[in-house]
Amino acid sequence: MSASGSRLVRLSAGGCLAAALLLAAAAWSVDPQELPDPAMQARYQHLIHELRCVQCQNESLADSEVNVAGDVRRQVREMMLAGKSDDQIRDYLVARYSEFILFKPKYSWRNAWLWLAPFVLIGIGIAVAARIIRGRAALLATDTEIVDEDSPDAPR
Amino acid sequence: MALRIPIRVLIPAAVFIVLVAVLAVGIEHSRDVGTIHSPLVGRPGPAWELPTLTDAGRKVGSSQLRGRWYLLNVWATWCFECRAEHDTLLQMQKVSPVPIVGMDWDDDDARALDYISRLGNPYEAIAADRDGHTAVDWGVYGAPETFLVDDQGRIVYKYVGPLTLEVWRTEFVSRLPANPAPSGS
Repeated sequence: MSASGSRLVRLSAGGCLAAALLLAAAAWSVDPQELPDPAMQARYQHLIHELRCVQCQNESLADSEVNVAGDVRRQVREMMLAGKSDDQIRDYLVARYSEFILFKPKYSWRNAWLWLAPFVLIGIGIAVAARIIRGRAALLATDTEIVDEDSPDAPR
Repeated sequence: MALRIPIRVLIPAAVFIVLVAVLAVGIEHSRDVGTIHSPLVGRPGPAWELPTLTDAGRKVGSSQLRGRWYLLNVWATWCFECRAEHDTLLQMQKVSPVPIVGMDWDDDDARALDYISRLGNPYEAIAADRDGHTAVDWGVYGAPETFLVDDQGRIVYKYVGPLTLEVWRTEFVSRLPANPAPSGS
C-alpha cells in the first residue's frame, strides 16, 4: 500500500484514478449489492459491524472476506428484506452461533459480575482507604506526647 | 488456636488465593477459545432440504432422513482439513452403523464431483449447499464439521475439525443408539 502510495504522489491523474478505483473496490468487495433502502443499508452496516465473523474471530462480519462471513451477511440482508428487526436477526444468529457472535454481549445474570466487579472493587478500595485515613487521623488526634528525638526511647 | 495469623497477612493471602482461582479458571477456558459451542446441540436440528450433488432430481434433507440416525458431515473442496479427514470418512463408512450424509458447502459442483470420483465416496448422499444457506442455518462456521443427528432429527453431538478414527471411537461410538436402524426404515 505504501509503495503504491508514494508512487502515486509522483504520478498523474491516471494513477489517481487507478487508486480511486482500487479504494472503491476495497470498500465494496465484501458486498456485491446494496440494499434498496438507504435506511435499511445503514441498519445493515451498523449490524454487521457489531457481529463477529465466526471463523476469523477477531474481525467483524463487515471486515471479513472469508466465505462463511459472506454467507452470514447474506443471511442478514435477506432477513432484513423479509422485514425482520435487528433483534430478531441477532436472536437468530445467537441461537446458532451462541452469544459469541455478538461483539457487544447482552447483559445477563451470568455475566453481571463482570459488569459489577469494577464498582465493587472501587467500593472496597474507598472503604479501605477511608479506614486507613481515619485511623491515622485518630492517631494524630491522640498523639499529644512530645517525643524527644534524641532520646534513646524515641521511635525510629 | 495455637497459631494466630494476623489479619493483615490473612487478607492479602485470601485475595491472592481468589485471584489465582479466577485466573486458573480463565486459563482453563482459554484452551478452547475459538471453538463455538453450538447452542443447537441437544435440540431439533433446523429443517433442511437440498438437491443432491450426484443426482439433480433427487433431494435430501430432514424429511427424507426422518426416522433414521445419520452423520451430517460438512465439507468442501476448498477445505484442506476435509481432504485430511477424507480417508477417515471412508474407513468410518465401513464400520459405522449409521449412514454418513455429506453437505458440500459453498462449493463448485464440477470440482466436488471430481474430488469424490478421485478420492472415493464415503457418503450415502451428498447435499449441495451451493450458497451456504443451510450451513448458516445449522450454525456451521468452518469445515469440516460433523453432526450426529438422531431419528427424531435432534442434534445429539457436533464435532468441529477433521475426524480421526480416534475421535470416532471416543466421541461418536458411545453416543450411537443401540439399534440405529429401526425395522421398517
